Amino acid sequence: MTIPKTYKLFINGQFPRTESGRVLEIRDQKGVLIANASRASRKDFREAVSAARKSFEGWKKTTAYLRGQILYRIAEVLQGRKGQFVDELRMQGVKNPESDVDASIDLLVYYAGWSDKYQSVFSSVNPVSSAHFNFSSPVPVGVVSVISPSSLSLLSLVSVLAPIIVGANTCVILSHLSSISFAEVLATSDVPAGVVNLLTGQRAELVGEFARHMDVNSTLLCSDDQSEIGAVERDSISNLKRLVIRSDCSLEPSPYSIIDFQEDQTTWHPIGV
Amino acid sequence: MDSNDFILGGYAKAPESIDHFSINSSYDLFIGGRWVKATQQFKTTNPANDQVIAEVGLAGKKEVNQAIKAARKAYESVWSKMPAADRGKYLFRIARLLQERARQFAVVESLDGGKPIRESRDVDVPLAAAHFFYHAGWADKLSYAFPGAKPKPIGVIGQIIPWNFPLLMAAWKIAPALACGNTVVLKPAETTPLSALMLAQLIEDADLPPGVVNIVTGAGETGQALVEHPGIDKIAFTGSTEVGKHIRKAIAGSGKRYTLELGGKAANIIFEDAPINEAVEGIINGIFFNQGHVCCAGSRLFVQESIADQVLRKLKKRIGTLIVGDPLDKNTDIGAINSREQLDRIKSLVKIGKEEGAQLWQSDQRIPRKGNWFKPTLFTQCAQSHRIVQEEVFGPVLAIQTFRTPKEAIAKANNTPYGLSGGVWTDKGSKAFQMTSSLNAGVVWANTFNKFDPVSPFGGMQESGIGREGGLQGLRAYCNLEL
Repeated sequence: MTIPKTYKLFINGQFPRTESGRVLEIRDQKGVLIANASRASRKDFREAVSAARKSFEGWKKTTAYLRGQILYRIAEVLQGRKGQFVDELRMQGVKNPESDVDASIDLLVYYAGWSDKYQSVFSSVNPVSSAHFNFSSPVPVGVVSVISPSSLSLLSLVSVLAPIIVGANTCVILSHLSSISFAEVLATSDVPAGVVNLLTGQRAELVGEFARHMDVNSTLLCSDDQSEIGAVERDSISNLKRLVIRSDCSLEPSPYSIIDFQEDQTTWHPIGV
Repeated sequence: MDSNDFILGGYAKAPESIDHFSINSSYDLFIGGRWVKATQQFKTTNPANDQVIAEVGLAGKKEVNQAIKAARKAYESVWSKMPAADRGKYLFRIARLLQERARQFAVVESLDGGKPIRESRDVDVPLAAAHFFYHAGWADKLSYAFPGAKPKPIGVIGQIIPWNFPLLMAAWKIAPALACGNTVVLKPAETTPLSALMLAQLIEDADLPPGVVNIVTGAGETGQALVEHPGIDKIAFTGSTEVGKHIRKAIAGSGKRYTLELGGKAANIIFEDAPINEAVEGIINGIFFNQGHVCCAGSRLFVQESIADQVLRKLKKRIGTLIVGDPLDKNTDIGAINSREQLDRIKSLVKIGKEEGAQLWQSDQRIPRKGNWFKPTLFTQCAQSHRIVQEEVFGPVLAIQTFRTPKEAIAKANNTPYGLSGGVWTDKGSKAFQMTSSLNAGVVWANTFNKFDPVSPFGGMQESGIGREGGLQGLRAYCNLEL
C-alpha cells in the first residue's frame, strides 16, 4: 500500500499549509485524486513576500561564484531525483516527462554558468568627457513576483526561476503541483531560506495581489490573455513595478532573461590627486 | 568690509548679448517637415520678468494625429529603409549645426526657462550637441550593443519632455530614438517651447527627411492626446512620478512600450573624513544647480554628526555669496524659478516645512522684485516623516539631517519610494563604494554630484522611473530585441 504525499506551500524554506485551510483537488486524467494541493491565500502571498524581502540582502551579497555553484547544485539534486519527477509529471499527464526533466536540468546548468558572466557582458566603463571614472553595471531589482506559465511542465517553472535567482533576486512564484516537489530539491541544494518561495493556488484569485504588493519590485507575468495583461499592468502601477510580460510558455534560455530583472547602476568618481 | 559686500554689491554686470539673432514673434507646429498653423495659440513668457517672448501653436488632437501620421509615413517609407550609416550622418549634421548655433540656443534657453546663462552655455547646449554626436555614431553599430540579439527599431515614438532642461531633454529623447531607426513626435513643456522649436528649424536646415522628427507644442492635453493615440508604438516621458503613473495607466493593455524618467529625492551623504570644502561645493551644486529644478537634485543632505556644525557654517557662508538674479548675466548663480505655478508649489512646501517643525534658514541676499524668484533655502531639524524630506520640492530647498554610522546613513537615505540618484563624500575609497552600492539609486556620485554625459546611462530605480537614457544601456529603450 502506497503512502500519498501531502503537498503544502514553500515559504521561507519551510513547508507550511496554507493559512486559509483551503485545498484544490488535483486529479489525473481518469479522475483519480493525485493530491489536495494547497490553495494559497493573499495572506500566504504576503508572508512569502516578507520572507523574500528578508532574504534579499543576504542573497545579493553572496558571491557570483557561490550562486553559480548553488544553481549547479540544484541541477545535481534534480538529476538524482529524476525518476520521482518523471513519475509525478506523467501522473499529471505531462507529455514526454523524461525530456522535460532533462531540459530542466540543462537549463539550470546553463544559468549556473551565467552567474559570474552576465555582469561583465552587460556592464560598461563609460568614457565621459571629464576627469571621472564612470561605470555602469547590472544590480538585482529585488523581490520578484512571478505568475509562471500555465503549463504543468517542470521546465516552465525552472525557466522563470533560474534567471531571476541567478541574478541575485529573490522571488515568490505561483506555479503547479510539481513546484512543491521541486521545493524539496531547492531545500536540499543550499538555496537560502526565502530566496525562492512557491505557492499553488488559483491564478485569478492571486494575480492582482502579485501585481499590487508594495514591497515587490518586479512582476513577471507569463500570459497570452490580453485582459489579464491589462489588469496586471494597471495593478502594478502603484509602486511602478518593473513589469515583464512574456507569453504563456517556458522562457527561452537567454542572458536577456537575467537582465530583465536587473537595474543598471552608474557610478561616478573623480580622477585626480 | 565683509567679503560678501564686495560680491553682492560690487560686481560689474556682465549681460550676455542677445542682438546677434532674432526670435520669431510666433511659431507654428513642425509636422511632416512643414510648419503647420495650429487652431489655437498660447504665449510663452520670460520667467525673470513675466514678459511675453513669443506665441506658439497649441496642438490639439487633430494636429497630434497629423504629426503621428507624418511620423509613421516617414518611418515606413524612409527612415527604417535608409542605410544605418546615413541615419548617423544626419545626426552628425544636427550635432554640428547645434554646436555652430550654440550661443543662440543658450540665450533662448535662459530667456524662456530662467536658468543662468552660464549653465545653459556651459552645460545644457554643449551636452545636447554631444548627445547627437554620440548617438550618431551608434546608428550603424547597434548590433555590437546587444550581444547575441538582433536590435530592431520600435516604430513611432511619442516623447514628452519637461521644462527644466528643455533642449537637453529634447536631445536625450530624439538622438537615441533616431539612431535606432525610429521616428518621433516630441512635445516640449508648456512653459519652455522655444528651444525645441529652434531645434525644429535646425532640423529643417539639416534637411532631415520630412516627418522623422515632428514637434508639437502644447500643454497637458496635447501630451494626453499623444499618449492615448493608437498610432504610437512607445511613449518616452520625463517628468513627475504622478504623471508617469497616469501615463502607465493610460497605456495599460495597449501593448505600447514605455520608458519613464521621473522624480527623485536624492540623498547627499557627507562623512567626517570627506574633503569638507569640496563637499560644500558639491552640496551647493547638488541642490542649487538650475534653481533646484533637477530630478536628481541632492535635496536631502545627510551630514555625519561630528562635522554637522562645521558643514552648516561653511554652507551658509557659501550660500551668502551666491548671486540670485538676471539669468542672462554671466555672474548669476541662481536664475529665475521657471513659472509662477512652480514658485507657488515651492512656497507651499516651504510653508509646510515650517509648520511641521523644521527650522528654516535663508540668506539675506536681495532678489529682483519682478518675475519669479526664490532664495536658496535650508531646513534643519528635519524628521524623516516631514514632507520636505519625503516630497520632491523641485526648487532651491535643502533638507538637512545628521547621522552617526554608515548603516544609519544608508537606512535614512533609502527611506524613500524614489531611487534616481545619490551622492557620497568620503576620502576612503572602500567606504565610498560600499555606500554607493548600498544606495537604491540608478546614478551614484562619489565625491562629485550632478554630472552628466551622453556616454553615461541615466535613470532611476523604484518610483523614479523605468529604463535608462544615454550610454550603451540607454539604446535598449529604443530597440526591440530579436533573440
